[in-house]
Amino acid sequence: MITSAPTRSLHDPDLVERYLHLIGDGDEQGACDLAVSLLDQGVPAQRIMVDLIGGSQGRVGELWAANEWSVAREHAATAVNERVLAVVAGRLRTTARRGRITLACVDGEWHGLPARILAELLRMDGWRVDFLGASVPGPHLITHLHQTGPDAVALSCMIPTRLPRAHAAITACRAAGVPVIAGGRGFGAGSRYAERLGADAWAATAEEAVIRLASDWPPPPAPDFPSHLADFLGDEEYTHLVRSRPQLIETAMQRLAVVVPAVQDYDEQQREATMEDFGHIADFLAASLYVDEPQIFLDFTTWTAGVLTARGVPIAALTAGLRLVRDQLIDFPKATATLNRSLETLPTP
Amino acid sequence: MASHVPGAVVTPFLLEAAFTAATEAMLLCSAADDTVLLANPAALGLIPGLRPGDRLTAAPLPELAAAASAGIDSFRSEHEGRFLYGLRRALDDDHYAWFFRDHTDEHERTAALEAERARAAFLADAGRRLSASLHLRRVRRTTVQLAVEHLADAAVVILPPDKRQSAFTRALPGHTIEEGSLGEHRLGEVPGLREVIDGFPPIPSRWLDASQAPDWLFPAAFGPIGALLVTPLPGNAEPAGVLILAKAGEHATFSPEDEALARVFATRAGAALAAATLYQEQVDTASVLQADLLPPELPQTEGFELAGSYQAARETMLVGGDFYEAFGPSETSPDTVVALGDVCGTGPEAAVMTGKVRQTLRALRVLKAGPETMLRVLNQALTESGRRQRFVTLVIGSVTRADHGRIRLELASGGHPPPLVLRGDGTVEEVPATGTLIGVMPHTSVRPATVELAPGELCLLYSDGLTEARGGPSGAEQFGEARLRRALAECAGLPGAVTLERLRQLVSDWVHGGVTDDIAMLAVRAHTRTPLTLRGGGARNQSPYLTAARGGDRRVRPRA
Repeated sequence: MITSAPTRSLHDPDLVERYLHLIGDGDEQGACDLAVSLLDQGVPAQRIMVDLIGGSQGRVGELWAANEWSVAREHAATAVNERVLAVVAGRLRTTARRGRITLACVDGEWHGLPARILAELLRMDGWRVDFLGASVPGPHLITHLHQTGPDAVALSCMIPTRLPRAHAAITACRAAGVPVIAGGRGFGAGSRYAERLGADAWAATAEEAVIRLASDWPPPPAPDFPSHLADFLGDEEYTHLVRSRPQLIETAMQRLAVVVPAVQDYDEQQREATMEDFGHIADFLAASLYVDEPQIFLDFTTWTAGVLTARGVPIAALTAGLRLVRDQLIDFPKATATLNRSLETLPTP
Repeated sequence: MASHVPGAVVTPFLLEAAFTAATEAMLLCSAADDTVLLANPAALGLIPGLRPGDRLTAAPLPELAAAASAGIDSFRSEHEGRFLYGLRRALDDDHYAWFFRDHTDEHERTAALEAERARAAFLADAGRRLSASLHLRRVRRTTVQLAVEHLADAAVVILPPDKRQSAFTRALPGHTIEEGSLGEHRLGEVPGLREVIDGFPPIPSRWLDASQAPDWLFPAAFGPIGALLVTPLPGNAEPAGVLILAKAGEHATFSPEDEALARVFATRAGAALAAATLYQEQVDTASVLQADLLPPELPQTEGFELAGSYQAARETMLVGGDFYEAFGPSETSPDTVVALGDVCGTGPEAAVMTGKVRQTLRALRVLKAGPETMLRVLNQALTESGRRQRFVTLVIGSVTRADHGRIRLELASGGHPPPLVLRGDGTVEEVPATGTLIGVMPHTSVRPATVELAPGELCLLYSDGLTEARGGPSGAEQFGEARLRRALAECAGLPGAVTLERLRQLVSDWVHGGVTDDIAMLAVRAHTRTPLTLRGGGARNQSPYLTAARGGDRRVRPRA
């Protein structure tokens, strides 16, 4: 079939919407065809990767948060986006003329697509890239460094609860003599927590990372381990919170059953989901204490409130959960202050 | 006695004698015209050429003259290799005195101390940076980098020749580090290099003719080389390499202290290189041995999708006791055979055993054995092989295409958790294939089962590392089969690879950073006819966050 389709542009909202439908329907072939036709029409591969694939992935997350897409559909769309990225990348010729770089998602971090996009952008910029994939355990990463001796490690973290493990990985990479560039939403707006965690450089977006690595890399070696950066962040509150996580959740569940009698009739699955929710409160609070940034927790509660509202669940469910956790945290001044701030920020029912 | 009477006048003679005998250098001057009235021998010794009667403002010590002219009360001076300190005191309205101290010795001690401190700091920094990496290339780069920062203007590390080629790493001021290799025959062109490569003692720098250094060693832009130092990097009983240092400028030299420091540094760099070399050899050997134990690349199949996932318990080893295998259709056998198993134990010993089992299955496949026969023969082979073996549990399946896009799986189990089937409507069924452990008893009982999958339906083979992963809110609870079934039900309509990724993710979240046993998963999924199973939005899913305190009726149930 011959169509006289006019050259399409990524600024065309219809095209972007059509692509989103294709990936949402799990239509791998259709999505690949669309991306390849754009490439054939001269749209730069970087734009397809960043604007079309990356952009649509951002929309996928929003659609899930707004309760318009199921988790299954979100996963299927992500899988198609990964395929499309591979197909687009497969049609490019790149030559390694810069150094070698190891790219990994932090242990426990399963959002691999942003890192995958960065891998392709770096390859196009002349790097030899070893992409280790999603959720890379720290020892695995360090072994890889000793075996390949890269010029840089790029570490991706999309969810702040992984920051303590990101910090352990950054510290170990630097101890192995390899400078680290950190990126991803988990490091905060503009990746601003990355510096506190000891990264040599950070970037808010994949394209920023490519630019940063293209100039003045490696950074000069630190004369010694930067003394203002401890190997361990976090204080006693963090330690106690993490160690008492199981009891914290257990007690919160018991008290919840008193406040909300309906909880007593929950089936196993509902109980479990509720315990998971308490787990998330504990984990975001712990990350917030670790980095000493209440904003991490405030962002989490604001986002959760939005997710609940989209599902017709009253915010009171969130505030009740926060209070049940707070009331157990005696002698945790920082954690209590953070929880209180978040309770003040949320709209009262 | 008169001389002890307070207020007695000391005679001018005695005053002058005491002045002359004093070891401290002193001048007595007239304030009116800054003329030197008296100068003791100590002062004349420190300031040769000064004589009583001279004007101090024209003293042969420039700093003293300047201080006198400006009316300043003290000065420091470095004069003819000596470090002097002068201090002026007023005596009465018409007279003042200068006192001088010779600080040369103290100054030299301080300089020596500072140099020693700098050397110690450099060696500490070098030790830290050299020990950071076990990668040969990085250690070489660190070595030349440190050398140009502290020891010389340019540095080259040359490795002993391997297959008549020597790898080199070079650092020059203002350049990025260069790497390359050169023919062994060139090594003789550098003065003193061949001797050191061959393990002979190094030749002191002063005996090396720097002008003889070949052009390829340092580019012309570096300028004339004043001094060359060739130092061995001691390794495992033979040189790990050679460090060549150069100083620019025709009159540059390496002092004996420089040479000593370079040698200490080279000892550390050599130890780091030797360790990295050993590590590299181990890694190379291990990776050869591992290659056959890693999960196989799955064959491309028609009509259905195969997806595998493997996670070893020892995360740095990459191999363990779980395994999966798949053999695509061949000319003699039209079916595809899949297998997933678990050797008791973890780590390299278990991994070696998985290699034996996989090889046996491959041979049985060539003999066109079906799943049930494969299990029986494998059991026989393992129990009859004299040595006490580890036992194995495994599931073997033969996959064939049926009508209307359906596929048929004939499954046989040897004491393994039964495979699960995910139906199109989200229900999860257990495949009723049972059997006894493999490798324990001479006779095994195997009851195979056959299942059919409609388009889009999936069969999951998994190892118990998945269901036995401990974590959850209490930190000690097993993931369990019920949770696995629920998780699988939520994956209806997803491709096999996506389903496995989702399960991995859920277990990873469940163990919450804790350790797991080996986990292997293999999915067989009949191709969907249309990729539209999710059209229309799919099922609404529950919020992963905070549904606490919500009424039970409000809870969004998955795929009710």
